[in-house]
Amino acid sequence: MKLELSRVVQGRSRLGVLKRLGRAGQHSLEVPGCLLYTHLGTVPHLTQDTLHTQSNLPSVTQVTLSNIAEHQEVLEEFKDGFRKFSGLHDTVLYCSLHDPATPCPTGYTTNKTVSVWGSGGRIELTVAKFMTLQRAVQPDWYQSMADGETWQSNTSRKRVRKSVDRTLAHLDECLLVHQKSQELEGVEVFGAVEGGDILEERVRSARETAKRPVAGFCLDGLQTGSMDQALRTQLITAVTKELPEDKPRLLQGVGRPDEVLECVDAGVDLFESFFPFQVTERGCALCFSFDVSPDPERAGRAPPAVLELDGEKEMAGETQQNGDLNLDDQTQMTSFEINLKDKRYQGDFRPLVEGCGCYCCKNHQRAYLHHLLVTNELLAGVLLMIHNTAHYHGFFSALREALANDKLDLLKRRVLRERDGQT
Amino acid sequence: MSLKRALSAASPLTLRIVAQCPVTKARACDLILPHCAVSTPVFMPVGTQGTLKGITVDQLEGLGCQICLGNTYHLGMRPGPDLIEKANGLHGFMNWKRNLLTVTVGFRWCLLLSSQEVTEEGVKFKSPYDGKEILLSPEKSISIQNSLGSDIMMQLDDVVSSTVTGPRVEEAMHRSIRWLDRCIAANKNPHKQNLFAIIQGGLNAELRKACLDEMTQRDVPGFAIGGLSGGEEKDDFWQMVTLSTDHLPREKPRYLMGVGYAVDLVVCTALGCDMFDCVFPTRTARFGSALVPWGSLQVKHKQYAKDLRPIDPDCQCPTCKRHSRAYLHALFKSDTAAMHHITIHNIAYQLTLMRSVRESIVEGRFPDFIRTFMKRMFPSRDQYPGWAVDALASVNITLE
Repeated sequence: MKLELSRVVQGRSRLGVLKRLGRAGQHSLEVPGCLLYTHLGTVPHLTQDTLHTQSNLPSVTQVTLSNIAEHQEVLEEFKDGFRKFSGLHDTVLYCSLHDPATPCPTGYTTNKTVSVWGSGGRIELTVAKFMTLQRAVQPDWYQSMADGETWQSNTSRKRVRKSVDRTLAHLDECLLVHQKSQELEGVEVFGAVEGGDILEERVRSARETAKRPVAGFCLDGLQTGSMDQALRTQLITAVTKELPEDKPRLLQGVGRPDEVLECVDAGVDLFESFFPFQVTERGCALCFSFDVSPDPERAGRAPPAVLELDGEKEMAGETQQNGDLNLDDQTQMTSFEINLKDKRYQGDFRPLVEGCGCYCCKNHQRAYLHHLLVTNELLAGVLLMIHNTAHYHGFFSALREALANDKLDLLKRRVLRERDGQT
Repeated sequence: MSLKRALSAASPLTLRIVAQCPVTKARACDLILPHCAVSTPVFMPVGTQGTLKGITVDQLEGLGCQICLGNTYHLGMRPGPDLIEKANGLHGFMNWKRNLLTVTVGFRWCLLLSSQEVTEEGVKFKSPYDGKEILLSPEKSISIQNSLGSDIMMQLDDVVSSTVTGPRVEEAMHRSIRWLDRCIAANKNPHKQNLFAIIQGGLNAELRKACLDEMTQRDVPGFAIGGLSGGEEKDDFWQMVTLSTDHLPREKPRYLMGVGYAVDLVVCTALGCDMFDCVFPTRTARFGSALVPWGSLQVKHKQYAKDLRPIDPDCQCPTCKRHSRAYLHALFKSDTAAMHHITIHNIAYQLTLMRSVRESIVEGRFPDFIRTFMKRMFPSRDQYPGWAVDALASVNITLE
């Protein structure tokens, strides 16, 4: 894995390409970018046929041990790794610990173990078991075992310090086993940076992790819901200062477009794309505009998705006041989306987003999606997931383009305006 | 039967008999409908609410489906005929480019609605959504189906459970005939939309025959055999089917409603039916049951947790080409896409089965096909269902 940066804006926002990914080194991923979020290798609701109606999918697929751990036996017997087991072919496989869309119960970590929750309940992992799983999964890169339980705002300094120490100890142990495992030759390890909301602990965790032979860093315990964005920005800025320039930084648990932009500004390269899934699950469609095109014709015309939604925006503005600061509930609708269950879409024969090139928008109308949602039909999830995934990846493309053309501020203003409900 | 009366000059349907099995009553036809030609015998997947259970229209088209079902009652309730009409009919609303057939209520659903009340005027239902009473008259039913714009509409019929006997069956049969006439009169689009009659008469051969005699006098483009497949004895079932096909006009399509098990499809094709529908293949898929030439395979069952073979190694569907039983077994615990994989496989299974049936009819080897099919489906001769053996014997097929 090699990170080639083409631009660094204001010493922090980074534009570049993560190259030589995968064991044969044939893949690359543009940064800032996001990974492909999956349940057990499957993008939620989508078969390979429906997924591949979309081109330009991220070259890296994320799977989590919380999904995989319970299938250890079959993977060990299979021997050829999870990618082949799940019928994925041409993709880089990244294995993280927890599912970013599923809050993980706290209180189950010990000095020697962490726990993941699968469909059959809790599975406790020691480093030995964790590494046995990685040998069976055979990812291209994985997150080292980590104690990330410090996201609650009332976590004590002592507990935070312990999580930093434990996570470093887990990393050392993982690396030791890793070096002895033939199956993991050429596989990269990302170290987890912990430290809760305590700046000194964050810095210590970053410094110490950076001393280890890791390929990149997972910024853990900063997820949406754990703290406000100002504090998150402050912590990330301090952390990225400590990290080597040439290694990627993956932020876990943050997916809202406004937060993504702030975090890119603070030096983050990679995100997990669970946000479109959360939007899909509440029956919503992403519709926020990220067009900062210089073309006067395009720039002069507010994107239709915004213009049409005066009423919606008012409502979304309220959500912003109450919801966006109510950090506990990630299931709540954000102002980046429209709720298609709403009666106003019953007779609306427009696509979800005018001009969107996704399979859903090219073939179906809001009225149909509304119908599928009120009748609880499975196709609703399929079509929404297609659109939301495409829209979200489109946002990341726009983000890179803005960075390349010195327009990140313009993009931020546009997205924040969407959030705050002004059009 | 008067051939002249039976031939509908103006109806938007043409049936070309491509081949007739020299042994059984089976036939292979090209059924030309407004949106495309349908190769029969055909299985029609059911998309009750204007969608096929998590499958996109492109996927359905990719599987070779030429006609699928919608439900007049459900779609009439939600989103309602006016909205669908604005969306350019059900085709436009769901963006399906091929043919649609709309059933009026759905047989099993009808029996489920215990609160229904039948009068000469129509069927009164209590809406399961808001408890409101709705009267579905023959005129209303056709008016909704005209709005839906389906290629084939079904008449409103007076449905009684196939296990009911006595005067109620006769009443329902006669009423269905009267309602057929009202439906024909109510059809605003006879040049664009076909209206099929539904033969009733329960399990009583005389009533069936009377219904057949009456209905075949009407100028309709096709006939359905209704009121069966509702829990009656299979011996009664096949007798009623074969009696119906004996009296239905050769040059019009015959649609056997609610039939979708593989054995039933093969046997009833031999008895002369052309079209079939059933929710079973797609419903059972969502419970993890995959259809295979030797019956079914319960993907969620523990025995498949480490089985790295595809569901059916000979199946060419997208699911079997990519995924193993073990992966699908695991995926059922993590994501709804597991259901979609099995749904796709099961639709592929049904459509492939019917294509093979047709091919064998065209090539004059349908009797052999049946024997091979039965051998594969059942582990031994003594497990062949008696009704199937009898039904096949009635059309000159002896199973060794």
